[in-house]
Amino acid sequence: MARLVIDPVTRIEGHLRIEAQVANGHVREAWASGTMFRGLELILQGRDPRDAWLFTQRICNVCTMVHALASVRAVEDALGVKPPPLAVLIRNLITAFQYVQDHVVHFYHLHALDWVDITSALKADPADAAALAGSISDWPENSAQQFKDVQDKLKAFVASGMLGIYANGYWGHPAYKLPPAANLMAVAHYLQALDWQKEVIKAHAVLGGKNPLLQTFLVGGMAIPVDPSSPWALNADRLALLRSLAAKGKEFVEKVYIPDLLAVASFYKDWAGLGEGTKNFLTCGELPLDPSGDPRSFAFPSGVILDRNLSSVQPFRQEKVTEQVARSWYHYTAGEARAFHPWEGETIPRYSGPKPPYEHLDVESKYSWLKAPRYDGHPMEVGPLARVLVAYASGTKRIKELVDLVLTKLDAPPAALFSTLGRTAARGIETLYMAELIPTLLDQLTAAMKSGDTKTHAGRMWDPSEWPKEARGAGFHEAPRGALGHWVLIEDGKISRYQCVVPTTWNASPRDWAGTPGPYEAALAGTPVADEAKPIEILRTIHSFDPCIACAVHVLDARGTPVSVVEAV
Amino acid sequence: MNTFAGSIRSRGVTRRDFMKFASVMTAALALPVRYTGRIARALASAARPTVIWLEFQDCAGDSESFLRSSHPTAGQAVLDLIDLAYHETIMAPAGAAAEKNLRDAMERARGKYIVIVEGSIPTAAGGAYCTIGGRSAVQILEEVASGAAALIAVGTCASFGGLPAAAPNPTGAMGVRDLVKNKPVLNLPGCSVNGVNLAATITHYLTFSELPATDQLGRPLFAYGQRIHDTCPRRSHFDAGRFVKEWGDAGHRQGWCLYQMGCKGPKAMHNCAAVGWNDGTSWPIEAGHPCIACTEPGFWDGSTPFYRWMGESLLPTPHRPARPQGSLGIGLGAGAAAAAAAAGTAVLIRQRKAGAARPDSGAGDPGSEGE
Ligand code: SF4
Repeated sequence: MARLVIDPVTRIEGHLRIEAQVANGHVREAWASGTMFRGLELILQGRDPRDAWLFTQRICNVCTMVHALASVRAVEDALGVKPPPLAVLIRNLITAFQYVQDHVVHFYHLHALDWVDITSALKADPADAAALAGSISDWPENSAQQFKDVQDKLKAFVASGMLGIYANGYWGHPAYKLPPAANLMAVAHYLQALDWQKEVIKAHAVLGGKNPLLQTFLVGGMAIPVDPSSPWALNADRLALLRSLAAKGKEFVEKVYIPDLLAVASFYKDWAGLGEGTKNFLTCGELPLDPSGDPRSFAFPSGVILDRNLSSVQPFRQEKVTEQVARSWYHYTAGEARAFHPWEGETIPRYSGPKPPYEHLDVESKYSWLKAPRYDGHPMEVGPLARVLVAYASGTKRIKELVDLVLTKLDAPPAALFSTLGRTAARGIETLYMAELIPTLLDQLTAAMKSGDTKTHAGRMWDPSEWPKEARGAGFHEAPRGALGHWVLIEDGKISRYQCVVPTTWNASPRDWAGTPGPYEAALAGTPVADEAKPIEILRTIHSFDPCIACAVHVLDARGTPVSVVEAV
Repeated sequence: MNTFAGSIRSRGVTRRDFMKFASVMTAALALPVRYTGRIARALASAARPTVIWLEFQDCAGDSESFLRSSHPTAGQAVLDLIDLAYHETIMAPAGAAAEKNLRDAMERARGKYIVIVEGSIPTAAGGAYCTIGGRSAVQILEEVASGAAALIAVGTCASFGGLPAAAPNPTGAMGVRDLVKNKPVLNLPGCSVNGVNLAATITHYLTFSELPATDQLGRPLFAYGQRIHDTCPRRSHFDAGRFVKEWGDAGHRQGWCLYQMGCKGPKAMHNCAAVGWNDGTSWPIEAGHPCIACTEPGFWDGSTPFYRWMGESLLPTPHRPARPQGSLGIGLGAGAAAAAAAAGTAVLIRQRKAGAARPDSGAGDPGSEGE
């Protein structure tokens, strides 16, 4: 039987293809393929390591600062320089605002249409929608008139006959379960969130000049000057603007996102039993609440959970990360069955798939531009669920409260977290956690500014003449999509080798040489597919991971391995 | 209800909001204020043009810029201003259903649709470095371009090859103009494109039924007609020889010139200073980081090392006004002459307050035909 193909998987970042063997209305086996490669490994070779963050930042710009931060941390680790506390505070704020904006955009603009049927919203009574919304939140933009305006708008849009990006959606699919009033409420909030996100992320422009692509990171600190009384620096005025943006962010998360998430989830509780994945979770830890950067003060603790065992969180050891290429379009000179640590591996792209245009990939052989990362040999899930589980199991108080609150509201046991719905709920939980944290981070910044601190850069080690002849370092960051690591080797002031292992490479990993599937592939096994022409169920689980494929296809290995001539096509 | 004004009315958006949008566009296009009425009338009556947004070797940065846009907002753009038929990052359907959107739009609006391209196009390895729906980026671009009225390359990758094309260009990455020869291709470089400039380009097209006037690199003069260095608020410090020497030093905190920290503003053509980013909240030089000249061809190889200064030869004699603009001797686009004419006298009015109009700079005025 021909495999079901979803390509392009839309409402994600980058180019992802899913092939699935479906039998008796369920996925038996699935394959995830990244179908784009840019080859930054060769591009970075020989460049100034202080420039690397600007290159790696362009790996992906949905969460626009993550590779910048991991990169400066890797180079700082190599050079033995620490950013001053003020720079740590600014980095924390940038990170926290990124989480809040990015997760809300994911929920409404990338994920919601898997659960929300826009066409059903046309049939709703706006008064019902207002009553429903009023019963779960006191958000002021929930009046019957406002819902009616949105509905009229939609009706006019549909009447125009030009449905744009909403044409050919899987509308009317039996897997849609929300009543019309809930659909209308969600569509109205989809539009409100679109306006909200561009406002709240102005915090990035304040701290980094612009968003996307903030331009403010430096090896050793940050480029935004701090001076309470200068109009040319982060000053009292700008701090007030950040506070108002933080309040705007928190209000929307509390009054719109979380109530919507709980309301929608209550209609889809069967998804708490679907889409589990690998049962292994990894986090590298993030957001040092102590401005010295001490990992013990991380708001999200680092850790590793194997086989769902929440009673034993193991420490994360970067030495245990390896990558394999047995099912990826790369070649290892030492043999296909090898696994290499990022400081040891090699990247020789060698496409051996079918010549485009093609109908199917050869899934029995190599089938993806993603390598297969493994931790101590295991495939690992990273991202919100991994962070929330590790924090929950490690006893992080606020996370524990929020998890228990959500489980109580949904009347679900903790095991429900290991699922598509659990992943989506974990994203909401940590968004609220971050939104609540931002005012504290702003207090810390205010206190530092009041104390007269203006030091945003370490100063030392900026000049390459101070650098050792050879150095190597690793930098980590918990991106909204999960654990991210950069590894760098510096020789004679230049990058001799650079490698990233990124969240979506973990999650969208192809099989390894032993045939063990990656998290997407494992999570899709058993997924119901009611109509193969409209595989909405597959999208639900894939979107619950929040894929970022441009990130994933980035193994930056600058040892100078030549790109081999591709003979297969 | 196919028009912007019509759908705006039905959504309860006021005429004032609408005029604000028109006046912001007038300002972004560097048109005299008197054009506002004409732009408003055109926007009010134009049918939504079909737009197909293709993503190839991209990072979604330009899509994100589009989502951050304020005048119009992304919501207004998608529902009111254009018929965005295909955009992988935000569209509802996936797989075969998404590909149907593309085919339907191409059929429905053949010869009339606009194609926006984000990301470079890899030409090596028979196209295997980027495939969508089993087809290579080159195959998709060729087919979709064949029925287009015009193409707009957003971001430096689609314009000039960008990051994937940086040495040694492992995937044979190219910009749209390198591949599409028989259709008009407008370049909106920048890493990423500023959403204001994309909106202004579409507005120009709706108002004047043609693409805006460009320099030799295909960049609209309204946005790429002036050099960053010539419109920079730190310019007086450059002229007076007051330079930041170390990150966070007193000069840095007081807004002195970033030239010695590696600023590439002297070779970057763009309107960052005039329009700002995120609704005019800030822009990189304002926030204390040097310009990296991301709008220029060969940006990655030409601007790096980013923190190495461009050298003494550009420095003005201390305490004396800058040399004449033409003598900087840096590779400039064709907009340089017009930019030089406006240089020094350009008044910086930022759009911190939406609706603020920019005075007629002369540099980017495409309307020889006045109202
Ligand atoms: S060198 Fe840069 S900071 Fe200095 S005036 Fe020119 S553009 Fe502005």
